[in-house]
Amino acid sequence: MVKAVDKTKVPWWVSNAVVPLVNLTLAFIVSGLFIFISGENPYQALKLILYGSFGYLEGIGYTLYYATNFIFTGLAFAIAFHCRLFNIGGEGQAYIGGLGVFLFAFYFSALPVSIVWLLAILASMLFGAAWAIIPGYLQAYRGSHVVITTIMFNFIASALMVFLLVDVIRDRRQMGPTTEALVKEQWLPMFKNIAAYFGYKVGYSPLNISFLLAVLASFGVWFLIWRTKWGYEMRAVGHNTQAAIYAGISPKKNIILAMVISGALAGMLGVNEILGVHHKILVNFPAGYGFTGIAVALMGRNHPIGIFLASLLFGMLYQGGSEVTFDMPNITRYMFVAVQGVIILFSGALENLFRPQIEYFFVNTMKQKAVT
Amino acid sequence: MEISADIISLVSATLRISTPLVFAAMAGLFAERSGVIDFGLEGKMLAAAFVAASGAHIFGSEWYGLGLAIVCCVALSMLHGFASVTHKGDQVVSCVAINILMIGLTTALAAAWFGQQGLTPTLTDDRRFFEITLPFADAVSGVPLLGPIYSEIISGHYIFVYIAYIFVPCVYWVVFKTRFGLRLRAVGENPSAVDTAGISVELMRYKALAVNGVLVAFAGAYLSTAINANFFREMSAGRGYLALAALIFGKWHPKTALIACLLFGFADALQIRLQGVPIPGIGLIPVQFIQAIPYVLTVVLLAGFVGKAIAPGAIGQPYIKER
Repeated sequence: MVKAVDKTKVPWWVSNAVVPLVNLTLAFIVSGLFIFISGENPYQALKLILYGSFGYLEGIGYTLYYATNFIFTGLAFAIAFHCRLFNIGGEGQAYIGGLGVFLFAFYFSALPVSIVWLLAILASMLFGAAWAIIPGYLQAYRGSHVVITTIMFNFIASALMVFLLVDVIRDRRQMGPTTEALVKEQWLPMFKNIAAYFGYKVGYSPLNISFLLAVLASFGVWFLIWRTKWGYEMRAVGHNTQAAIYAGISPKKNIILAMVISGALAGMLGVNEILGVHHKILVNFPAGYGFTGIAVALMGRNHPIGIFLASLLFGMLYQGGSEVTFDMPNITRYMFVAVQGVIILFSGALENLFRPQIEYFFVNTMKQKAVT
Repeated sequence: MEISADIISLVSATLRISTPLVFAAMAGLFAERSGVIDFGLEGKMLAAAFVAASGAHIFGSEWYGLGLAIVCCVALSMLHGFASVTHKGDQVVSCVAINILMIGLTTALAAAWFGQQGLTPTLTDDRRFFEITLPFADAVSGVPLLGPIYSEIISGHYIFVYIAYIFVPCVYWVVFKTRFGLRLRAVGENPSAVDTAGISVELMRYKALAVNGVLVAFAGAYLSTAINANFFREMSAGRGYLALAALIFGKWHPKTALIACLLFGFADALQIRLQGVPIPGIGLIPVQFIQAIPYVLTVVLLAGFVGKAIAPGAIGQPYIKER
């Protein structure tokens, strides 16, 4: 057993860069093992992932498109986590958020496009927040554990959306349960078209300007959590509820507030998916992005910069992963769900596995340097 | 006559559907009473279902499948213990990791090993469990009232169903009447007191998690080798979370948890029964709303409209010995 070191003597880059990288490496080794027992070569898979995600321009586009989704859902999980709430309902909140985007864009199509966009973004936040406020309220006032209620709300959202798609807002001319497409003027500008405007020719990728919205949201979350009274209160409740109450901060109010903001951020995934890419609602369009947000936030240590980097990594895994599933018949996309689980395990639950040893090592070597 | 047949089939379905919930809720009871949160029931159930189905297929017997499922679930429980007891990591995060890992890994390995888009091969009849007809079931079925109750409700279930309902009084006895049970509850309520008495808090929690793994394995094996004859993607369908909700609603007590499990089972049985049946005065309810009944019921019950649940005192907190 290594003795615990004085936390103040540990340099910031050890706990915020070295330890997470060691954990990530462990996660990748275990993931490689899974690929091996599936009967494929992990090294080849890694090469395919790197080529698929950054090897060509369209691949980069796809990577950044996935990263956009992960930034939204990662921020959503992180902000609730700062208040010690496990919002694992990002999936359902994103689903309902997408409904908001579509309804506003569809029924206000007479308005100028820029106003429609603004309304649709607000609607995504409003709908996502509405889906999160009920679990938040129940946690705050009735003590019902938010993990179970948010999971249940995912199931309920899924049932509700299938009902709406099949019976209410369905485009009857289509075979499958989807809605009508939005008019072309309302589609968010694609990266491809922006590049073409400047004279570059780029192939199709779903990357659109929602990416900038995600960057903006990251900045907003950073500002909210570390530079405002609201953020301070939420963190205080998360760190020590008793102390927060003693300081006159209401845990109930902050639990609901954190869930509302969290739901609003998850809902914004709908902007990228509905306004940016599909232009209509498909069954189960959030496709697990909500759950991936948990891994993203934990890996990024719940900080917007970390979340941004983790989103890029997961974007790589998704885009490179599809390259792998294309080339390796034994690997399905579920393998990359398992990889997410491994990453959550090592960078979340087991984050202290080697932390004492690593911190001890760095603090000691630096002490010796100071002596000599 | 028609109505009573309806009621009999509904009660029988309730018992059948509640069974995995009962196993999982009893498993969760051991973990949570010892102070370790277990949202990982869902993932462990899924793992057990996959391992039981593929084990039974490969080794040629449903019992090997069940045995392997137990080994697998105990291993996963130990992993949860390693992360959250030994390394004092966040317990909820550890559970979420196990759940997501198992959703991915079971389906990925099923695809890689059996090449059937995330299914395991359908088990042949010699490799799966079947309903058991209790003695004299046919003979007494003609007796009014008691006959159908015995032959339709009590007889004719899988062995898991009987094991589950026998387990409940056993769990009660172990948790409330034995020394192990006393220590288990003490570790969950006040670990430092237990530590002072010279009992290892960590060892107690590991023991509780081992029992937890064994019990939840039955739930998974039941899904894939009894009521179904193969494993399919995400076949646990939220049952782990429902079981946990039943446990909380049952105030961490075997008896009330059993009642809550039966309630959820009944809601699900009713849900299946109501699909496509017009309700007098309302008309046909969309099937999606009916399917959502168990989930809505869970939220409503958890919202504490039936009284507030008080969790074990030290739940979710890693025990740190003072130095």
